[in-house]
Amino acid sequence: MKSLKRRNLYSYVEVQVSFSLATPFKGFHIIVKVKINHSLRNELIKRGDSAMEVKKATFRGGIHPSYFKELTNHKALKKAKLPIQVIIPMQQNIGAPCEPIVKKGDYVKLGQKIGESKGFVSAAIHSSISGEVIAVEPRPHPTGQKVLSIIVKSDGKDTLDDEIKPYGSIEAISSSEIIDLIKEAGIVGLGGAAFPTQVKLSPPPEKKIDAVIINGAECEPYLTADHRVMVEKADEVVLGLKAILKALNVEKGYIGIENNKPDAIEAINKALGETSNISIYSLATKYPQGAEKQLIHAITGREVPSGGLPMDVGVVVQNIGTVVAIANTIITGMPLVERVVTITGSAIKEPQNLLVRLGTTFSEIIEQCGGFSQKPGKIIMGGPMMGITQYTTEVPVIKGTSGILVLNEEEANIPDPTPCIRCGKCVEVCPINLLPLYISAYALNEQYEMAEKYKALDCIECGSCSYICPSRRPLVPSIRLAKREIVAQKRKG
Amino acid sequence: MKDNELFLTASSSPHIRTKEDVGVIMRDVVIALVPAFGCALYFFGINALILVTSSVLSAVIAEGLIQKLTKKPITINDWSAVVTGLLLAFNLPPSAPWWLAVIGSAFAILIVKHTFGGIGQNFMNPALAARAFLLASWPTKMTAGFVLPRTLDGVSSSTPLAMLYAADATATATAEASATLTAVDLPSYMDLFLGNVAGVIGETSAIALLIGFAYLLYRGVISWRIPVIYIGVVGLMTFVFGANGLFTGNGIYHILSGGLMLGAIFMATDYSSSPVTPRGQIIFALGCGILTSVIRLWGGYPEGVSYSILLMNVAAPLIDKYTIPKIYGEVKANA
Repeated sequence: MKSLKRRNLYSYVEVQVSFSLATPFKGFHIIVKVKINHSLRNELIKRGDSAMEVKKATFRGGIHPSYFKELTNHKALKKAKLPIQVIIPMQQNIGAPCEPIVKKGDYVKLGQKIGESKGFVSAAIHSSISGEVIAVEPRPHPTGQKVLSIIVKSDGKDTLDDEIKPYGSIEAISSSEIIDLIKEAGIVGLGGAAFPTQVKLSPPPEKKIDAVIINGAECEPYLTADHRVMVEKADEVVLGLKAILKALNVEKGYIGIENNKPDAIEAINKALGETSNISIYSLATKYPQGAEKQLIHAITGREVPSGGLPMDVGVVVQNIGTVVAIANTIITGMPLVERVVTITGSAIKEPQNLLVRLGTTFSEIIEQCGGFSQKPGKIIMGGPMMGITQYTTEVPVIKGTSGILVLNEEEANIPDPTPCIRCGKCVEVCPINLLPLYISAYALNEQYEMAEKYKALDCIECGSCSYICPSRRPLVPSIRLAKREIVAQKRKG
Repeated sequence: MKDNELFLTASSSPHIRTKEDVGVIMRDVVIALVPAFGCALYFFGINALILVTSSVLSAVIAEGLIQKLTKKPITINDWSAVVTGLLLAFNLPPSAPWWLAVIGSAFAILIVKHTFGGIGQNFMNPALAARAFLLASWPTKMTAGFVLPRTLDGVSSSTPLAMLYAADATATATAEASATLTAVDLPSYMDLFLGNVAGVIGETSAIALLIGFAYLLYRGVISWRIPVIYIGVVGLMTFVFGANGLFTGNGIYHILSGGLMLGAIFMATDYSSSPVTPRGQIIFALGCGILTSVIRLWGGYPEGVSYSILLMNVAAPLIDKYTIPKIYGEVKANA
């Protein structure tokens, strides 16, 4: 007897289909068993989530890669060892870099501001340890270039800056104070893009926001940082979301979680208690479910216009890590000086989820995970679908480092592309509904105006097309090239 | 391990890829053709085996040879030449000589596939274009070699569609005669469904081809659009425009007979020569269905699948160009 299990889109319904060949002559049976998890169903209904809402919680296109989450998804968060020194780059967010406000020889304390933000789209930077500033100079940065960085040598004491005091409860602070504390704490989007959070929370007055979505999809394979945070810090997630709702003066909050993390859904559900204005959405497990536009569509059914932002449809999206960082700052007063990083991959001896001080080098963290288990072929900051490869391990963990993924030599091997066979699989999987094969062909032929006509600029670079391509064609890299050329042409006017 | 001992690959994302490459897809197509091959062997015996073997060998050798001569990477292990060889053999009558299969496959690979740039670049289905070439060059060998299945000495017979064509022609002349003639001479639905009829070796068994279709759908090799719409349109049109007036035709008989199943499932879905956009595939399938019905009902041939697909193949790039899908967020940007 063969049995096939399949989780339905309704998260509380489990369908089991089994085939059996009783005896060769008695024939062939198909048995369909439907199991309804009543307690989960009642729970969802109590929250005001009808089955319909749960059902539509997905998007068009997408892929089902191997997730490899079992390497770390059951491993509790652990504090990493205090680093012996930290390299703190002055560029850790999208937007303007910071200016150093300390110099070589200065003594800095934990949580002390050492980089002042310049401009509106920017976030302050703080020291993640106490000790002496031994250099202010350009150092390798995970994004590939060298960036001006402050190097602090630890005194091992972890002396806290005097100015750090708890803010108390949300009730005690006003909306504008919440936005200010987020700005002062240097909080940015911790999902990877690192967009300054206070900017997202200060929409222009003509944009009416009516929904805040917390992104707990974590659809990138391998990464489990958000998953563990939701399981272990569910109360902080809820507190942080409430703070954002207050800051924006919005009533309705949503938390979207892929249904491959039932323990996270359960933990958040418990933490919500009797809260009625926040709903949990169980999302289909499909990459890129956590892409901002796809998430908004899955939960609200709204479509962010081409070239627009979530606020154009009245939505603000924040990552799980960001929300918890906000909660931490409110509870302890501590600015953003550490984050959860998933260290994983086939070439890591002991994959883990570590709470890491910002500025700790990759090499020091990999060492703490038992080092390499085999010869590493590729080291990636982030997940395997959108992460950035590193050429050295002497780069620091920055605010946007959600994971350190080390692949072995075989996995790092880049296959040779063969001619496109026009199978159309890239068209089927594109969540934006683009025609990747044509954009790529025009880009490789330097026909950028044609690439633009085929909407190259709308590509979110999720990587689904490259992943699925049976000819191993460099679809995303070529589309990225086209985007850069189109933007450069536009600038020239 | 020290940093200076590391030898790291730096590349653009994504860093993982599916294991399913071109070889896996083409091998799936071959697997999907196995039931039809089994039926061909069962119904037409050793002749079918000779034709398939010579056709596949010819296709693979031709591909290897042209790639060696033009100093291109040799890709005969990606199974695509095997698919072409199989499909060409499936389009031959059971009593066709082995050299016809060899010439046909070589033509498909050398002329239709490689002169236009190899895999993915052919603008027509290679096997179908080669079939058209054989039909034009050796018309008697391609049309007169039909035999009844499982007859040891090869009793020659007409294909069901040719009978239907003749019957309809009679019907137009003498309306009352048609009913009796159809009932007596035409093979039963069950024979059509199982493949126990005269025809080219790979087309006769509807059930075998449908099993292959189910497998291709399950493996995600093709979408349902082209086969289902194509077959549906032919069924509908042949029912509506019956020989004895509107809504009297036998759509089911048309669906089950001739090369429709083989063509709709395995030929019209050829990646290179069909549109990639979902709407484009629907238009393409509609075109195939209408042309096939028109040729079958009013044309000079009893069969119309090959030429319909070839004609639509030529239109595929244009269809793609005019069916660019609406992207996410496009509607509201213009609103």
